[in-house]
Amino acid sequence: MPKDGGIGASTKRREDVRFLTGKGRYTDDINIRGQLYAHFIRSQVAHGTIRKIDTRDAEAMPGVVKVFTSADFTGVGGIPTGWQVTSRDGQPMLEPKHPVLAEGKVRHVGDPIAVVVAETLEQARDAAEAVEIDIDELPAVMDMKAAIQGGPLVHDEIGSNLCYDWGFVEENKAAVDEAFRNAAHVTTLELVNNRLVANPMEPRVAVGDYEDHSGQHTLYTTSQNPHVIRLLMGAFVLSIPEHKLRVVAPDVGGGFGSKIYHYAEEAFVTKAAQILKRPVKWTSSRSEAFMSDAQGRDHVTRVELALDADHNFTALRCETYANMGAYLSTFAPCIPTWLHGTLLAGNYKTPLVYTNVKAVFTNTVPVDAYRGAGRPEATFQLERVIDKAARELGVSPVELRRKNFIQPDQFPYQTPVAVVYDTGNYQATLDKLLELSDHAGFEARAAESKARGKLRGFGLAHYIEACGIAPSNLVGQLGARAGLYESATVRVNATGSITVFTGSHSHGQGHETTFAQVISEMIGIDASQVEIVHGDTSNTPMGMGTYGSRSLAVGGSAMVKATNKIINKAKKIAAHLMEASEADIELKDGKFTVAGTDKEKSWVDITLAAYVPHNYPLESMEPGLEETAFYDPSNFTYPAGAYGCEVEVDPETGKVTICSFTAADDFGNVVNPMIVEGQVHGGLAQGIGQAMLENCVFDENGQLLSGSFMDYAMPRADDVPFYSVDHSCATPCTHNPLGVKGCGEAGAIGSPPAVVNAVIDALHRGGFTHVTHIDMPVSPSRVWQAMQG
Amino acid sequence: MTKVSMTVNGRTVSGEAEGRTLLVQFLREGLGLTGTHVGCDTSQCGACVVHVNGQMVKSCTVFAQDVAGADVRTIEGMANADGSLSVLQQAFQDHHGLQCGYCTPGMVMSAAALLKDNPKPTEVEVRHHLEGNICRCTGYHNIVKAVLAASGQDVSKIAAE
Repeated sequence: MPKDGGIGASTKRREDVRFLTGKGRYTDDINIRGQLYAHFIRSQVAHGTIRKIDTRDAEAMPGVVKVFTSADFTGVGGIPTGWQVTSRDGQPMLEPKHPVLAEGKVRHVGDPIAVVVAETLEQARDAAEAVEIDIDELPAVMDMKAAIQGGPLVHDEIGSNLCYDWGFVEENKAAVDEAFRNAAHVTTLELVNNRLVANPMEPRVAVGDYEDHSGQHTLYTTSQNPHVIRLLMGAFVLSIPEHKLRVVAPDVGGGFGSKIYHYAEEAFVTKAAQILKRPVKWTSSRSEAFMSDAQGRDHVTRVELALDADHNFTALRCETYANMGAYLSTFAPCIPTWLHGTLLAGNYKTPLVYTNVKAVFTNTVPVDAYRGAGRPEATFQLERVIDKAARELGVSPVELRRKNFIQPDQFPYQTPVAVVYDTGNYQATLDKLLELSDHAGFEARAAESKARGKLRGFGLAHYIEACGIAPSNLVGQLGARAGLYESATVRVNATGSITVFTGSHSHGQGHETTFAQVISEMIGIDASQVEIVHGDTSNTPMGMGTYGSRSLAVGGSAMVKATNKIINKAKKIAAHLMEASEADIELKDGKFTVAGTDKEKSWVDITLAAYVPHNYPLESMEPGLEETAFYDPSNFTYPAGAYGCEVEVDPETGKVTICSFTAADDFGNVVNPMIVEGQVHGGLAQGIGQAMLENCVFDENGQLLSGSFMDYAMPRADDVPFYSVDHSCATPCTHNPLGVKGCGEAGAIGSPPAVVNAVIDALHRGGFTHVTHIDMPVSPSRVWQAMQG
Repeated sequence: MTKVSMTVNGRTVSGEAEGRTLLVQFLREGLGLTGTHVGCDTSQCGACVVHVNGQMVKSCTVFAQDVAGADVRTIEGMANADGSLSVLQQAFQDHHGLQCGYCTPGMVMSAAALLKDNPKPTEVEVRHHLEGNICRCTGYHNIVKAVLAASGQDVSKIAAE
């Protein structure tokens, strides 16, 4: 192994030095000479008709260059949606226009109405106070069921608030209903998957720049996928061809899904810079982020589990109302459908599954993927209903799960919800979890808690996730309007160092370190000789960026594919230089040898020969050593795992304390264990946050009540314990070259049901057996009220 | 606009500030010290923590004019004189106490203030002290571990790396 770490080493992150010394370069750190500042004026009401916008006083104020309204964006397209879902009746989803600036109506608190652009940010803010906006407020529609039963229309022109009514697997519906009629036992649960705000610590920023003489646009933006933004904004909104539009996402301070989407502010600064012929910068405040970043979850679900007399799961039936908010965010339609329905088999052999999902428009902030995206919602309902079933049947939740697991010898496993799991071993992760969490010692700990007047509970949850969503030809049939491949260019420099240009994007994941580890391992050179470049459409090949725990599984695979092309060509050069047969050339530890001889050429001998081709087979091969590859996966990857949570409930107050949290994951092969474990820690905190603290709340008029960190409870250092995490139960992915599965979202998927299951367990042990469910977040008031019955 | 002078990371600096100019704006926009970050507008997240006269301060809650003449230290002034990482910064790297890096400057400044007053804090004390610094990436596990390690305590028994 190279001295600073190849695959499997917990190499320290090279990114850290710049971040630890204040030298990171985030979008808000970019200032272009002559730039103007944009301040967005946003709707303060959830629903209303715009009667008048008077900008005259504001435009006369010091430093104001222009006040923009929708009238300045008439030749511009709406913000597009990247996924088309088809309803049960065969009709396409309803897809109302999402204008850059509100046209005629406002539809949620935070909907942008006008933008002041001024010489300084203070001047822009001051002038915003002088923009006169007259809005006739309309009744807001907030409740999803009311919205599709004659509630006020969010979009008058489409005539309904029902975006789509999706059934999956529609052909199984009758068989599922039949299984329920024949069931020995049916467990039913109604639950809410609470709306969350992603809240990466870096708020969104966009800086638009325009070069008049060449017509070249540049957008600096806080994005997880700059090529996607270039395509969506260029082709659908502003009609800028790709070669005239450069999108740069430099250091990005976290994303968690919320920075996948194309946002109005990006299109605004790009267009405004062209109109004003000066750079235009917008920096979101946290308050703006709460009402303009796409939010997550917000499902209302009824789930039913059918079991036979031997406690085998025979069918699962679900009905979900999924809140889209006021407009369709970029990937919103696919989250409650293809990223949700396809995961409802979980780790289990349930032969029949049917889910009906109604996606609904309301006067709320748009909802889209947030860490896990559909999979946490699927996991929560499944793992909660299984726990409830175990309690109703008087059997162990651990054993009920174990009995219904897909067995290790059943892989590849065709689920009844379209997807085929390639590998897995759910028993192994369960056994590992029970060992690591000292499950055998639980009763003693519970007795000790009881002696202190506290109720201790243990909650188990298993999860499966589908990462690296693919292949493109399949997702195209399912409604995706994009390919889902990834790309890499591997450029070997003349003196042997390597620069990799990847379509993946790192916003905390550490690709600059881990991708270099992979190259180092493959070629046998020191990882310090490898540089990873990402985030700029002007130098990286067209790629889809980073979301859905795909970077190593898809982006890493593209890089491996390109590197294999490099190695193949290098071997040809080596064969020429050593006058040997190409088939006899071996590459090991950065040296090319001829099998059975002592002939040897170093890596640098070959790379120099490629660029100084004096002794080189020019008649059969081009000089140079640079290759590009695109990788389109043949299947998803399927990370899975077992999560265990122990809580103490204070029966006097309802306060829940997490005593321990244990995660046993199967991520397949792991490149950098330190980074993988860090990803799990972060996911766990977000899942625990959802379960215990976080809740995005609007009042009945659509006012956002949790609009700041004062009201929206982010998990803090003293809310969480040290976690115990393990990824030793690995069953490598069978269809990508590294055997990796993805680890970014697991923590946020598996942890919410583990926490809630633990709280219910604690309450039952304390004699509060009437409590069958508490919706998240399990705040002291909710737990206390549940205890009171 | 008023001319404001102060010492930042050992250097005397001056710049223009309105009465409403926050210290964080003065540092970022006036002096180009963009290591100090803004993560919220309610003084909750702690991404903007700096030291003023040796005390940790959220620089989004202080007017630049109010700290005229003060001794200010930011993340850019935390490395050793030879440019190498300080013990605390090195502990953050060694224990993977950062991911996206955005909260990191505030975390380091906040943790440095803790260790100055309490050189051997307990886990509970570290967690309590960092309660005013929000991190969305790490789940705090490795941040707490890094701070404990920087204080010279053995962290090898803490579950998982």
